[in-house]
Amino acid sequence: MRLNELKAHELLPMIRRKEVSVEEVVAAILHRISAIDSKIRAYITVAGEEALKKAKEADARLAGGEPARPLEGLPVAIKDNICTQGLRTTAASRFLEGFTPFYDATVVERLKDKGAIIIGKTNLDEFAMGSSTENSAMFPTRNPWDLKRVPGGSSGGSAASVIAGEAVCALGSDTGGSIRQPASFCGIVGLKPSYGLVSRYGLIGYASSMDHIGPMTRDVRDCALILGAIAGYDSKDSQSYPGELPDYTECLVPDIKGMKVGVPKEYLDEGLSGTVRDAFMKALDKLEELGAKVVEVSMPSLKHSLAAYYVISSAEASSNLARFDGVRYGYRATGSDDSMTMMAMSRGEGFGPEVKRRIVLGTYVLSAENYDKYFGEALRVRSLVTRDFREVFEVCDCLVGPTSPTVAFEAGEKTRDPLEMYLSDVYTVPPNLAGIPGVSIPCGFDEEGMPIGLQIMARQYNEEALLRAAYAFEQATEFHKRNPEIEKYTKEPAGGEMSV
Amino acid sequence: MFEPVIGIEVHVQLKTESKLFCPCSTRFDAPPNSNTCPVCLGLPGALPVLNKKAIEYGIKTSLALNCRVTESSRFDRKNYFYPDLSKNYQITQNAFPIGADGYIDVVVDGTERRVRIKRVHLEEDAGKSVHEGGTITGAAYSLEDYNRAGVPLLEIVSEPDIRSPKEAYEYLLMLRRILLYLGVSDCKMEEGSLRCDVNISIRPKGSDKFGTQVELKNLNSFRAVERSLEYEVRRQSDVVANGGEVVRETRHWDEASQVTVSMRLKERAEDYRYFPEPDLPKLKIEKAWVEEVKTTLPELPGARRMRFISDYELPQYDAALLTDTRELADYFEAAVREYDGSAKTVSNWIMGELLRLMNATGTEIGEVKVSPGDLADMLKMIDKGTISGKIAKTVFEEMFAEGKSPEVIVKEKGLVQIADEDELLRIVDQVIGENQEVADEIKAGKDKAIGFLVGQVMKLTRGRANPKMVNELLRQRLSQ
Repeated sequence: MRLNELKAHELLPMIRRKEVSVEEVVAAILHRISAIDSKIRAYITVAGEEALKKAKEADARLAGGEPARPLEGLPVAIKDNICTQGLRTTAASRFLEGFTPFYDATVVERLKDKGAIIIGKTNLDEFAMGSSTENSAMFPTRNPWDLKRVPGGSSGGSAASVIAGEAVCALGSDTGGSIRQPASFCGIVGLKPSYGLVSRYGLIGYASSMDHIGPMTRDVRDCALILGAIAGYDSKDSQSYPGELPDYTECLVPDIKGMKVGVPKEYLDEGLSGTVRDAFMKALDKLEELGAKVVEVSMPSLKHSLAAYYVISSAEASSNLARFDGVRYGYRATGSDDSMTMMAMSRGEGFGPEVKRRIVLGTYVLSAENYDKYFGEALRVRSLVTRDFREVFEVCDCLVGPTSPTVAFEAGEKTRDPLEMYLSDVYTVPPNLAGIPGVSIPCGFDEEGMPIGLQIMARQYNEEALLRAAYAFEQATEFHKRNPEIEKYTKEPAGGEMSV
Repeated sequence: MFEPVIGIEVHVQLKTESKLFCPCSTRFDAPPNSNTCPVCLGLPGALPVLNKKAIEYGIKTSLALNCRVTESSRFDRKNYFYPDLSKNYQITQNAFPIGADGYIDVVVDGTERRVRIKRVHLEEDAGKSVHEGGTITGAAYSLEDYNRAGVPLLEIVSEPDIRSPKEAYEYLLMLRRILLYLGVSDCKMEEGSLRCDVNISIRPKGSDKFGTQVELKNLNSFRAVERSLEYEVRRQSDVVANGGEVVRETRHWDEASQVTVSMRLKERAEDYRYFPEPDLPKLKIEKAWVEEVKTTLPELPGARRMRFISDYELPQYDAALLTDTRELADYFEAAVREYDGSAKTVSNWIMGELLRLMNATGTEIGEVKVSPGDLADMLKMIDKGTISGKIAKTVFEEMFAEGKSPEVIVKEKGLVQIADEDELLRIVDQVIGENQEVADEIKAGKDKAIGFLVGQVMKLTRGRANPKMVNELLRQRLSQ
């Protein structure tokens, strides 16, 4: 058995029963990272020493008879746009290369309080702007299933770390698909919760009205477990949902008989690749076989959602990223004579091309003469999308569609044409506009062995329906059990071997 | 003839404990950057959380300025780059200000004038830049203090209804008076908790068109507002009278030379790219909350002034002066309640002796040691003849300086009035004896000279003799 291929729900009881020490678990993960991460490059920062120290402390507490906390000893990777106290947080930007926050994001605080151990900070597209992790100012991350390919993005580092066994679970962020699309490309489970369900405090803002933090895990049970640990009202996020939340692990019943599953026909357009379409059709058959009633629905507003998304997200980004000026922290350019020039130069040198592209776009659509034509229009589309979802959920319990039109593409394939890269988000963007939850789970592999994702969406704050459908599908299939052959990338043993 | 058209924007810092979007203290004189946190420093990942008290103050002020309180309000971002603006955007209210369409009434030279209030909105203050070596472009370096960043501000914008520099001055006085009555701001211009920008244009009297607007900055007192406007009216009138055109610009008031100086031309309005603040939910202000706040409104200066005139039969002048601050008006009313004589007597003593001593010693009404009850007691002692009105002034000075009750002072200093006829008669006889010549003149009909003898008696008794009795006794003796 390999420690680093265990799910959290398998590992945690073993720690609780003291069949394995936290130190062994953390050491196995760190060993795995040192053996393979030079190939995958999932991590920007590995907090090895601190993680081992925390592991020893946990073991000492457990040895002293203290009860194990819910996530005691769980090695978790955190996307590097989520602030971690005392641990460098870069957003994969040259601008924040040397930035160490003195505060934890609320999600990090909650994970730590429940006993999880932060292994390190994972790579992303700079400020979460991208779909391949190639926009990282540090280095690109590779897909563990095929090193020639991208892991998706922007949470590519988190997705790769989980499937490669460099972390048991990870947190990602999702503004237009940045959790679900890499989850799909890497063959794991990635959930974007309802807007407001998980606190954004400490997440470096990209587009505030669509930013979400969510779990990236190897299966649906782990997803429910991590979601439960991080969700819930937070007074530091004014958009936080104040309602009572269920125990998400309790809705994991593999029974969806009679569940009404809608398929928006707009999700099956000409951009959808053949193999993904085939896998999706088979997934629909499976859902019907499990007793769900699959119906086709139409949501005409969806075809405008990608355009609306890029207008709104760029507008908010142009304002959110204005704080990066070199005055108080971050990169500061030298050679300027006055502070206004210093600010302009710092931004010019500190930001990468995609970030600049979106700042320019966002500044343009918010200008007085263009506001109504672009930003106002995008807000109108947004309200139509929200209305379309609301209407559809009056008849359906959940919606399904492919997560991405394609499987993971090759590195460099789409970097020259930003528009083509943006199209990768076409199916994941609508839930962000509407604030509804969406999850991507593995639903097949193409002929070259690359994973394919199924996206399930539900009504706002109905994560239960989402998880239940996802769990039923997963339990009836084997896709989540497949692992990439990491060993082929390294001459050394890939680490983590143990006998129980 | 030209008439000025003036509009005023006032920014006041609200007197909340904490900042508008974070729990940091709003204290004015703390060491630089000590009242800061990730939110007001604009650190990555920090999010704003709205201070409910600031909203309450916004509602309160809107109501006091007769504004309509916006039920469905929100915050917007105003985007511009400046080193003291930690996020490089300001969270403000652009589209839906908390209050709109109000007015205040101002008395100018005895006439009441109504100035409409266009809008009242909440926003966060910026930090403070200190440029080493002068201006931002010429400085060797700049220092930033973010203690002020995020302090709640209320911006109060008037309609261009003001028609004279004097009216602008009175408008500001009345606005500050109202804000102080409400207790929502300290309104200290010297600490920057009240700041104002003024827009002025001129037009031919009788015209309903607006001229080209000039904005005035660096106005550090209400007097500076008045003087700079007087200067601008003259300057703009001269320009137009000489066939020129007023240029749209921002001008700086130079206090030392009492002139306005051109700062920068405003060829087009800046584009702040306002959009709804996505980090905050919409601001719903329930009617019930507005009603609740309404019940906490104090009686406002205008209403109180009118009531002082009708209830206490005070002259307009007294009523205006006594209602200048809430504390002074409260003091007056408390003293009247304790006193059984006329309110005008109380008013005379407050406007005369109390304000004189306060001005001379630089004492605020809140620090005055004489309680309204003590003042009333002292007035009663005058009425009873225990002390003379003249002695009372000495007693009051002592009360003001030491904070003792009038009874104690009168006893300690032996200031009780001499009203014993035998004792006074003895002194009267002594004075007549020592001033026989004057006494003879009076007897011969030079009645006016009696004042001299009264004065001598008062001198001998160190002012304690009852002057009325002294007068009577002298006449009695000299007519014999």
